[in-house]
Amino acid sequence: MAEEFETVIGLECHVELSTETKMFCGCRNEFGAPPNTNVCPVCLGHPGSLPVPNEKAIEYIVRIGLALDCSIAPHSLFHRKNYFYPDMPKNFQISQYDLPVCVAGHLDVEVDGGTRRIGITRVHMEEDTGKTTHGSASGRIHEADHALVDYNRAGVPLVEVVSEPDMRSPEGARAYLTELRATLEALGVSDVRMEEGSLRCDANISTRRKSSSDLGVKVEIKNLNSIRSLERALKYEEERQRAALRNAEPLVQETRHFDEDRGTTQTLRSKEEAFDYRYFPEPDLPPLEPDPKWVERIRVSLPELPAARRARLTRDFDLKLAQALLVGESKASADFFEETVGLSAAPVAVAHWMTQDLAGLLNKAKIELDASKITPQHVADLVHLVEDGTISNAGAKQALEDAFESGDPVEDIVERRGLRQVTDTSALQAWVDEAIAENPVPVEQFRGGKEAILGFLVGQVMKKSGGSANPKVVSDLVRERLSGT
Amino acid sequence: MSVTHLCDLTGTELAAKLRAGEVTSAEITASCLARIDTVEDRVRAYLTRTEDVARARAADVDARLANGEDLPSVAGIPLALKDVLTTRGIRTTCGSRILESYVPPYDSTAWARLSADGAVLLGKTNCDEFAMGSSNENSAFGPVHNPWDLDTVPGGSSGGSAAAVAVGEAIWALGTDTGGSVRQPASLCGVVGLKPTYGLVSRYGLIAFASSLDTVGTFTRSVRDAAVLLSSIAGKDPMDATSLDGPKRNYTEGIEQGVAGLRIGIVREAFGEGVQPGVKASVQAAIDRLASMGAQVGEVSLPHTDYALSAYYLIAPSEASSNLARYDGVRYGLRVEGGDSVEMMRKTRGSGFGPEVKRRIMLGTYALSAGYYEAYYGQAQKVRTLIIRDYEAAFESYDVLVSPTSPTTAFRIGERADDPLAMYLSDVFTIPANLSGVPAISIPSGLDDAGLPVGLQVTAPVLAEPTLFRVAHALEGELGFDALPPLVAAL
Repeated sequence: MAEEFETVIGLECHVELSTETKMFCGCRNEFGAPPNTNVCPVCLGHPGSLPVPNEKAIEYIVRIGLALDCSIAPHSLFHRKNYFYPDMPKNFQISQYDLPVCVAGHLDVEVDGGTRRIGITRVHMEEDTGKTTHGSASGRIHEADHALVDYNRAGVPLVEVVSEPDMRSPEGARAYLTELRATLEALGVSDVRMEEGSLRCDANISTRRKSSSDLGVKVEIKNLNSIRSLERALKYEEERQRAALRNAEPLVQETRHFDEDRGTTQTLRSKEEAFDYRYFPEPDLPPLEPDPKWVERIRVSLPELPAARRARLTRDFDLKLAQALLVGESKASADFFEETVGLSAAPVAVAHWMTQDLAGLLNKAKIELDASKITPQHVADLVHLVEDGTISNAGAKQALEDAFESGDPVEDIVERRGLRQVTDTSALQAWVDEAIAENPVPVEQFRGGKEAILGFLVGQVMKKSGGSANPKVVSDLVRERLSGT
Repeated sequence: MSVTHLCDLTGTELAAKLRAGEVTSAEITASCLARIDTVEDRVRAYLTRTEDVARARAADVDARLANGEDLPSVAGIPLALKDVLTTRGIRTTCGSRILESYVPPYDSTAWARLSADGAVLLGKTNCDEFAMGSSNENSAFGPVHNPWDLDTVPGGSSGGSAAAVAVGEAIWALGTDTGGSVRQPASLCGVVGLKPTYGLVSRYGLIAFASSLDTVGTFTRSVRDAAVLLSSIAGKDPMDATSLDGPKRNYTEGIEQGVAGLRIGIVREAFGEGVQPGVKASVQAAIDRLASMGAQVGEVSLPHTDYALSAYYLIAPSEASSNLARYDGVRYGLRVEGGDSVEMMRKTRGSGFGPEVKRRIMLGTYALSAGYYEAYYGQAQKVRTLIIRDYEAAFESYDVLVSPTSPTTAFRIGERADDPLAMYLSDVFTIPANLSGVPAISIPSGLDDAGLPVGLQVTAPVLAEPTLFRVAHALEGELGFDALPPLVAAL
């Protein structure tokens, strides 16, 4: 039965900028420092303190806006967002309201074998809050009898990127977040580590009947600590909403919390009325009116973005899209690829090694490419040695695993483990003759036209050689033998 | 016949005597401290006195002068600071229980500049709580008494600084002016009160009431003294994003040029009902002198004056409701414990804030709330633009404007305490200058029949302080006001 429902998803992402100092004061912007050591009267909201904007942060948000193809507002305003919370020193957050720095952009994302354009509504500038630790076993607020507040993070520059509700599936949302993260990383404006909180994401998801143009009841999901969590949470929520609609049960506009352990979403205990933040223009800060020449200088100095990099890799190296996506996922990965190709290794082969075996090893060890012992030289050597028949594919895989642990040069590993393929035909001939003699039925089948049985016979020779025979040479020898007498 | 005490001279006179070797800073300081000991129990101008700090600085200045060093004009002269300006290591209360024990970790820029120039700090003066008031009756620590008649108010919110300068408890002082809080008390206390152009003096360390209106101002006994103080504190500050660019200047330059040929506009709306006859008469007499001094005097209208008060009492409380949100017992100041953070905040603010502060926070919260923003705050800002345009139009025809500073002289303590709206009317002639950011100064024009001071206000265009000082100085010289409060005259 064709599903009559459509899922509509939008994402709001918060990006902590990697500037030296905070957004409105000179305190160091540094993750992991001892509590309350990067603070001053301004970011602690002491009486009489005033904010002064960080120029680098403004440059970074313009970079982000330009990379997302936004218009940079000639005139934008900071606004105060007023609410009370202990981790917010002034009990208002300096943010932006109806005049943000960047508007109306888009991000193109590869989903379901095609390219989908996801609209970016706005990108705006604000300051981060402190961090609260609740004094209870679970760390959750409702069992705590005290709270500890660390203001190191208070005042860190934060950029909020709001997408249009243009995503239609959890996979699409994952692809958007992945692409956004890669783009921000390429711009060098943030560490974008979700596990450290320098990239945070909330999702809005609703369900409607395909025949409808109205949006369904919107549910906000919070507590998404990784890209994987995002996808899991959205999958759960999508199904929850569809089940409710099928059973004619009501859906409530609310905020739900994603439970990592259970993979489910639950209503947050706090009441979710639309809160009145009493926004008004920040009187302590003049309007932002970036010089168009300065904006243009930023535009021309933008680095190569992931989409452009993928296009270039596909075009210049003849890679398939799936390979380009993985190889071009990060600057580190793309640089590694190009360096390896620069050592005269065939691009498609390099891509194959990187996206299959090497990716598998990295995933299992849970480390990044630049943290591993594998170098472009390793991969180039493997490609060459397989190409010229010195080792077999199987041997190369073994060598890669060894290099991953030891870091030793490929040549040394090949010697140490005796991976060199036997290509000397005289050595192989004996095994070929044995295999033919021992398998008369397959031989008959082959002579009778069954081509595929050749593989079996080659396999028999490989067994006799203990895997050291060059399968291609063996194959040629067997064929030659059998087409003779 | 009474002796002229050092503490009753102007800063300019004392600076000359210091450099001539006739007096030492220690002697001047001792004179002020003695005056404080004599009258403070009746005037109550100070919340915190810093005698040791003062004596130490005086000794330091004396040593450096003896060494032949060339020091800035404010060096060695005793000064008081309104208790909304932060002083590092010295309690700063804003006249509120919620900051009763608060000791700031940093200096306000205005004080830092004066201190670097050698000023002697006598202490922090009493004021209306968080600068909200026109009589200094809203202080959590008791009212200030006007030295001219101790049963009357000194004006507010900078009542303590005004009274201290009037009565010799300081040679000069800093205050802050958001709707008239320097000019109006100056008028009621018979001293010179200056509100500079918004942004000319840094607000870093000025504990915020209404951010787009707050201005650091001066209390002095002469216009020249105001120019001296301003020269020390004015100028761009990287810690205040709203502070104006521009070179440091000496504002006493050109102060003697006189008013001949200048066009002086008398504000029509400032002489209507609600202005005491004695005030009208005193200011009118001063205006008549201006004409005889060679100025061209004419009448001008600021048509939106009627709306200025309402616009102010929407904009200022709105900004205040946000600026005062930080007083929650979490990081500094008063904390009253509660079951959770919300209860703690509620109890702390409930017991820490006085009634006028609470009134304005509620008013401001309401004016900014969803559904009302456009009708109140939004509309008030539009009125503000109209007032700015009133001034721009007026300054096309006139170089400065003149009006009474306050509609009345000092009223009795308690007289308006139960009528907030009547209290708000005190600022009707001073508020427009805050809404538009233009500089204005109040100088004494004389005493009324009850012996209470009347103030005359001169207003100039943005950054036209030189013109402002020039006119005020000339008029001051012509009027020759040299009366002292009876309390002082008797000493």
